[in-house]
Amino acid sequence: MADLAKSSSPLARAQGAGGAGHGGEHWWAQRVSALALVPLVIWLLVSLVAMVGAPHAQVIAFIAEPYNAVLMVLLIAAALYHSQLGIQVVIEDYIHKESSKWMLLLLNRFLTIGVGAAAIFAVLRIAL
Amino acid sequence: MVQLTLPKNSTVKTGKTWPKPKTEGGKKAALKEFKVYRWTPEDAKNPRIDTYTLDMGQTGPMVLDALIKIKNEIDPTLTFRRSCREGVCGSCAMNIDGSNTLACTKASAEVKGAVAIYPLPHMPVVKDLVPDLTQFYQQYASIEPFLKSKSPEPETEWRQSPADRAKLDGLYECILCACCSTSCPSYWWNGDRYLGPAALLQSYRWLADSRDEATGERLNDLEDPFRLYRCHTIMNCASACPKGLNPAKAIAEVKKMVAVRRG
Repeated sequence: MADLAKSSSPLARAQGAGGAGHGGEHWWAQRVSALALVPLVIWLLVSLVAMVGAPHAQVIAFIAEPYNAVLMVLLIAAALYHSQLGIQVVIEDYIHKESSKWMLLLLNRFLTIGVGAAAIFAVLRIAL
Repeated sequence: MVQLTLPKNSTVKTGKTWPKPKTEGGKKAALKEFKVYRWTPEDAKNPRIDTYTLDMGQTGPMVLDALIKIKNEIDPTLTFRRSCREGVCGSCAMNIDGSNTLACTKASAEVKGAVAIYPLPHMPVVKDLVPDLTQFYQQYASIEPFLKSKSPEPETEWRQSPADRAKLDGLYECILCACCSTSCPSYWWNGDRYLGPAALLQSYRWLADSRDEATGERLNDLEDPFRLYRCHTIMNCASACPKGLNPAKAIAEVKKMVAVRRG
């Protein structure tokens, strides 16, 4: 049980510290990022299937195309943002020890940004 | 972490098998087994499953009839809540054949083979089939389930058009039996902070009420990653509700109201 619920009366426990005043933002962002991912993932899959068996140089050339590079960066950003939001919910659902929960939430955020930075850097390096 | 196995002192053991009823005059009796969860705080023993056998020719059709017959004629120590025996009060909510429902509206014949009866899942047990619903009721109290208005009180009643009244259908019928909330995995995991389907449906009942003037206040209280957004649309609530209501839909409406308010 969270420290917010220290009070002893059952009603005080049920009320906790009241509404946090956010949550709607997260819920909406999860849906918007999912929506963005639909065309981006279709684009990636179609492109990849078209390049099955293609030599390395052709794939590099594909990513170097400005349109493709932009779409790739968008896909990386949307996918990682969406996964960060989702993993956050999983952590909040299952991890009840406050210290572990906060540690994992931070780790989730840092990893997302780290992986995102590396992936976007890779695309830019090929494209620019 | 979430606890996936029961603690040692909660592991359910095999209990007593009570004698079968005597058959009279060679008539073939329609015997049915009832496997009932038993636990008492009065000794330090683990919970156990007792097996009772009833002659269904001599027993009423509903599971509650069977429980009352067991208590009256076989084992007076069996403890459960009941009152109206017709699906109105919500007292006899329990887990029958793996689903939360009301014992008084669930026919024993609907269950193939032995009827397994447990208390509502994931609640502290007071005794046998009686769960401790303190948190559940206090969560209901916390959503302030009454009309809140700022306009001067009218001389007679608060008026409501039939169309506005119709918006409360599917909400006002909730009897707070707790079948939905205790069937919700999210409520099992985070019931200390997540309000659960019953309290949220009740909350929406006031958000949807044309006479209520506290929409903003109510949404402020609800908008919270835990209180409202622990609903992951698992939908167990809707399939459990013995009144055929859809708490998941009410929760979706609340989320929609929050989204619309954000602009």
